[in-house]
Amino acid sequence: MPSSGYDAACLPDLLPLYYRRLFPFAQYHRWLNYGGVQKNYFQNREFSFTLKDDIYVRYQSFSTQTELEKEMLKMNPYKIDVGAIYSHRPNQHNTVKSGTFQALEKELVFDIDMTDYDDVRSCCSAAEICSKCWTLMTIAVHILDRALRDDFGFQHLLWVYSGRRGVHCWVCDEAARKLSVAARSAVAEYLSLVKGGDETVKKVVLTDPLHPFIRESLAVVERYFPQYALHEQEILSRKESVDKVLALVPEDILFLFQCCIYEGNKACSRASRWKLAVIRSLCLQATAKKGQHFEKEIMLQYCYPRLDVNVSKGVNHLLKSPFSVHPKTGRISVPMDLEELDTFDPLAVPTISLICEELDRPRAAGGGEESEDVKEKENEKDAAERRKIRDYKRTSLAKYVKYFDQFLDGLALSWKGELLKKSDLEKDF
Amino acid sequence: MQFSGRRRKVITSPQVELYGQALQFYGQPPLENMSLSEFESFAVDRLKLLKTIENLGVSYVKLSDDYKRKLDNESRNLNFPYRPDAVPDDRKSQVGPSEYEKRRKDHISHFILRLAYCQTEDLRRWFIQQEVDLFRYRFNGLQPKQKVEFLHKNNLQYDTISVEEKKTLQDKLVNSSHNVSGITVEDQDFYKVPFQDALDLVRTRKVYLKAGYVYIPHQDIVAIVLNDFRTRLSKALALTARSLPAVHSDERLQPLLNHLSHAYVGQDYSIQKNVGKISLEQIDSLSVKSFPLCMRQLHQALRDSHHLRHGGRMQYGLFLKGIGLSLEQALQFWRSEFIRGKVDADKFDKAYAYGIRHMFGKEGKRADYTPYSCMKVILSNLPSQGDHHGCPFRHSDPELLKQKLQFYKVSPSGISQILELVKGMHYQLACQKYFELTHSIEEASFSLNHPNQYFIESQRVLGGGKDIKREVGTPQRSQENSAARGSTTDREAAAAANAAKDLPEMTEDLDSFFQDA
Repeated sequence: MPSSGYDAACLPDLLPLYYRRLFPFAQYHRWLNYGGVQKNYFQNREFSFTLKDDIYVRYQSFSTQTELEKEMLKMNPYKIDVGAIYSHRPNQHNTVKSGTFQALEKELVFDIDMTDYDDVRSCCSAAEICSKCWTLMTIAVHILDRALRDDFGFQHLLWVYSGRRGVHCWVCDEAARKLSVAARSAVAEYLSLVKGGDETVKKVVLTDPLHPFIRESLAVVERYFPQYALHEQEILSRKESVDKVLALVPEDILFLFQCCIYEGNKACSRASRWKLAVIRSLCLQATAKKGQHFEKEIMLQYCYPRLDVNVSKGVNHLLKSPFSVHPKTGRISVPMDLEELDTFDPLAVPTISLICEELDRPRAAGGGEESEDVKEKENEKDAAERRKIRDYKRTSLAKYVKYFDQFLDGLALSWKGELLKKSDLEKDF
Repeated sequence: MQFSGRRRKVITSPQVELYGQALQFYGQPPLENMSLSEFESFAVDRLKLLKTIENLGVSYVKLSDDYKRKLDNESRNLNFPYRPDAVPDDRKSQVGPSEYEKRRKDHISHFILRLAYCQTEDLRRWFIQQEVDLFRYRFNGLQPKQKVEFLHKNNLQYDTISVEEKKTLQDKLVNSSHNVSGITVEDQDFYKVPFQDALDLVRTRKVYLKAGYVYIPHQDIVAIVLNDFRTRLSKALALTARSLPAVHSDERLQPLLNHLSHAYVGQDYSIQKNVGKISLEQIDSLSVKSFPLCMRQLHQALRDSHHLRHGGRMQYGLFLKGIGLSLEQALQFWRSEFIRGKVDADKFDKAYAYGIRHMFGKEGKRADYTPYSCMKVILSNLPSQGDHHGCPFRHSDPELLKQKLQFYKVSPSGISQILELVKGMHYQLACQKYFELTHSIEEASFSLNHPNQYFIESQRVLGGGKDIKREVGTPQRSQENSAARGSTTDREAAAAANAAKDLPEMTEDLDSFFQDA
């Protein structure tokens, strides 16, 4: 699906349209209000806006959804970040006695950025991405999603495309929102396997026994490795990239490994040559203890998710908001449906120009939409709301908002329980 | 606590019960009268113990034989409880204080130090870290039976899992931890603990985690206990901070408490001396002559790629502040370098200048950030892809480190000495050896624990080793280029001057202890 040519210079005109008619405020508020279980949860949430000319304002907060809409329309932010829930309204933090204004809760978040993989991808670097290296994000989401659910027991995960070169995860469970700094940092470190900066050559070291978490993650990596690393990234095709791989192979089997890679018949697929090299080397190593997981370490170094622990650690850390626009690419930060993860194409994510253009197209289907309108008439509060729903449904944004709705429905089940408990306690029948 | 001059009064029966166990959570504060001099000496001794723990923790693997032996010795010398079976031929135990007295000292000194260390986030973090390490070492020294007793007495009740569940999870349990074998699973109870209560085990992935619960064999319950201790202490310190004004109103205590909390850092290089004495043109040559390897590496990376990521900017930027760069100089320095790269002047002013001003305490909460100590560089903020910060002796591949040292013309024998120290995890000692080799001196006269200290010592050596006498009581610092050595800061000097008559002697002892450390 081609996206309209996006030009950053059009943002000043597109943004007001986006905020007036397309940004899903109702859903957004439904999310951040968390059912109203805790008092002032929405009111004490910090937002930060980046306005035109890079003017950055922090400690924005709003009392109601209407106020949020009004302010966003007024300020026309280019970027929106979401921060923590504080002890007081952030926009009044200057009036609070120093030391008492504190960040209390926030979703547990993760940020996977493609630039952190520059040393292991050959197709792109820095801010560029393509379908070849996007597989890294797919792998990252599979691994982290499984671990956060199965190992940590979290249930309400929102994965969001960042708009340019990565993905974010918002863990919205109540237990997650209440985690301390130490706990967040522990979770992030549990999930980290790739360690070291430019000065470190071998970034993954495995020792026996292999923890179940590592086994599960390896299972995912192994599914993608042949296609991704051997075919698409071609890590065994050019001398330069082969050398990088060889730098990770233990010395005592290096020579054998090298021979297997080079001598392998060209008719032999790269995957087979890799397998052959690994098997022969492992046989040689059968009695040696050290370095026996080298092929796993290599696969992990090339594919395992690299997350920025600092983003996850801080309770007060601000992260780009879902449904905000990325000023450089024009793409909307859309939630990702994990059922369709393997076919997700970041380059097909709608841009603000596209969806604004779609707004102006004449209505497509006639009858179907009319009956939907009738239904909505019964349920909606006012005309503006109804119109807005009709609006985004006409654009490519529709499916992403629908998915967000499903996510919120799941989340709502958790706070329904809480509300019942509370009303029981207060004897409110 | 009541103070009644130099008289000592001891309440016996409740205390005997209180000190019945070797180890405690310090739940109850002491309730007795004691002399002021005992108050002081207890506090100073505990501080020495904690400082030892800090140093050992960086130079040795915690709970290794060397670590335990050294800590046992220190505990014994300072009259704190230690494991009786640890020291075989112990003549001192015959004549020295009794076990009861040692435990009492331990109890009281802990609470005194709480008063001194509850005031700021940094102090609390340091105090908690050392107390947790001390607790870990002591808990480790208990017999298994005593451990169980301790758990029950302190209300740590977690559920065990059924035999069927153990069987189902057997493989996973065994594979999650080094010290869990099939036999362990059969013989021992496994506890299901919420992961938030076992963060150390989760962080290092040393335990099986499922649906938010970790499964811990009885033998490993120590990590839980530590976490609990840490949490309790953290809450207690917050409470203590609130009652501080009352304590500070007692003018006998205030000077001592102030001195205790400043002494731990020794020199933190936060007060800028010699501001403006360094010119930007000197930095390149200084980076070769007088910068520790970590800063030299950062400077080189900055010159090469005209950019540094956030971690590197913080570590290097604060270091430069510590050696005397003014805010204007810093802005000019970073700006001119970044402009050579992909950043234009405008972008620099918008995105990076704020951060630099923040470092100097001119933005945000206006905190004047202190340059990172070696401990901080080694232990926190691990470098990742694209980073150049951290400690090269800790974070660089030994091969790359070797190449770098060769490139910097360190002798082969020197390099192997350094690599030996790195292998033994003695990172600061390795850096000290680097200092000795690059300055052609036999043995450094200081114990390295801060990059700015490295710089100052280097300048001293290169400037002819002029010794500047410690100035006690005078707030003005000398403006000479070979900066003053010694661990008194302005605040300490002022505190010493204001102290009661019998304190200056005490504080001098404290200072000289930290100088020799």
